[in-house]
Amino acid sequence: MGVSIRGGTPLRDEEFRAVIKEIDSPRARYSMAAGIAYSRFLEGLKRGEILGTYCPSCRLVHIPPKIYCPYCFKHLTRWVRASDEGRVVTAVVSYLSATLETLEKPEIIGIIRLDVPGHRFSSYRFPGILHRICGASEDDVKTQRIFDARVKARWLPEDKRTGSINDIECFEVIWG
Amino acid sequence: MKMNVYVKKRVAVVGAGLTLFRRRMLETPQELAWIAAKRALDQAGLELKDIDCVVSGSAPDAFDGVHLKGEYYSEGAGAIGKPHLRVYVGGGTGVFVPIAAWWHVASGLCRRVLVVAEEKMSSAADPHPQAVFRHIWDPITEKPLNPNLIWIFALEMHRYMHKCRVSKEDIALVSVKNKRNALDNPYAQAGANITVEDVLKSELLVYPVNRLDISPVSDGAAALVMVSEEWARRLTDTPIWVEGIGYTLDTSYWTNRELSFPVYLKNAAEMAYKMAGIERPMKEIDVAEPYDPFDYKELHHLEGLGLAPRCGAAEMTREGVTQRDGDLPVCPSGGLLGVGNPIAAAGLMKVAEIFWQLRGEAGKRQVKKDAVTGLAQAWGDLMQVGTVVIMRR
Repeated sequence: MGVSIRGGTPLRDEEFRAVIKEIDSPRARYSMAAGIAYSRFLEGLKRGEILGTYCPSCRLVHIPPKIYCPYCFKHLTRWVRASDEGRVVTAVVSYLSATLETLEKPEIIGIIRLDVPGHRFSSYRFPGILHRICGASEDDVKTQRIFDARVKARWLPEDKRTGSINDIECFEVIWG
Repeated sequence: MKMNVYVKKRVAVVGAGLTLFRRRMLETPQELAWIAAKRALDQAGLELKDIDCVVSGSAPDAFDGVHLKGEYYSEGAGAIGKPHLRVYVGGGTGVFVPIAAWWHVASGLCRRVLVVAEEKMSSAADPHPQAVFRHIWDPITEKPLNPNLIWIFALEMHRYMHKCRVSKEDIALVSVKNKRNALDNPYAQAGANITVEDVLKSELLVYPVNRLDISPVSDGAAALVMVSEEWARRLTDTPIWVEGIGYTLDTSYWTNRELSFPVYLKNAAEMAYKMAGIERPMKEIDVAEPYDPFDYKELHHLEGLGLAPRCGAAEMTREGVTQRDGDLPVCPSGGLLGVGNPIAAAGLMKVAEIFWQLRGEAGKRQVKKDAVTGLAQAWGDLMQVGTVVIMRR
């Protein structure tokens, strides 16, 4: 057997502050072209429309849209307009920002399964998107009352839209 | 039923090594890699000159802060002057590294491979290592919503709770078990005797996720030595054979599927079971190390692996089946929840634990039953990858 080596040198907070370090703050700005399918999707959002592409092979509607089906690898050319309504598949209450700072006002986030008139989907795969949910309380999430609730997109006023997923402010619960 | 895969050489693990897993380590990524690699070589009774090829893995470059990370740590991993491959599939990386090493040996390309995984998350200290995960999303359709990584786990956990009628108390039992198991692990960062109540009362981050539902941020490295059958017989009386490997992906558009059951993992597990000739995993797997970065993930993965009935893992946990002295010990190492989560190193730690368990070398962590066949699994990217390794004595 070889020499015995220590398993490493753990540092406590104050030791970590004291050890010699180099500090680096990389800054990078990216300008990302939205591509063929997303450009049309984002143009649609500007007009208050949610667009997807239909795969004739697996019958899935891809939202956000693709020019190909990732499952069947077919070229997708049929565009469909989804309803701006759907149902909540799952939802959570976030007390944290993207960088893990505590939020002043908690946010409700969910996955929305969108309705696409004239199309049906399996329970396993469907057009679902991530977004904020409004018109619901923390309690609605914690009691799971929000599961399967109907929601409808609340759009920014037309002159404020920029062609972004944020042109939809949130999906608002329609309590029925 | 054996899979129709051409395997030229049988592959065995003959040595494993770990560093301590801790929140902040003095060592550089290279030094961490070297410590783990040296320990694995020592256990195998080999020196670097005996190694033909090196396979390594590490998660996003942004943690260590070097956008050339594989090359950067490679000298500590023993890769200089040898064929070296770094692989990366997010959180699934740690179990993908021995899978890639298996190709090297099974194909006959290399006879003795050094397998290393390293992660130094503490370098990304400001504001928090989690901030690195801001840049894993689709930049056009998801990033503008400012998601954080805990959201997606919380969304999946809540879907699983809803669909399977599982309570937060049931899920917390996993954290209690794994942190307790880790008390017997000399490498562990987060071993503790806690109660379900402690988990439920810990800081609420994103409902339904509390602080103690999550594994900690860690630095650490892990390593194995994997060799061909002829070398395994020369080096040891107790080689541990890698009998099955499996890995599959779904798309990174994780919002398009039923999250309560991971089909991509089921597919990966079936690939590995087929190769290992396993037809009834619940009966044939003696000890398992499924990926547990969050406590519900252990339940979710046991079901995806077919080691628990669908929606049945919580009951198994309540009944004590998954304890070290149970019928199917799960995460006897202490898992990511207890040992720590230096991402790629944590996955490889699970494979090392199965190696030690099957050799009877796990000391105080040794499972009660006579374990012949074991499984390690990791998961990652955006709810999309499953990586599985099956080993046998």
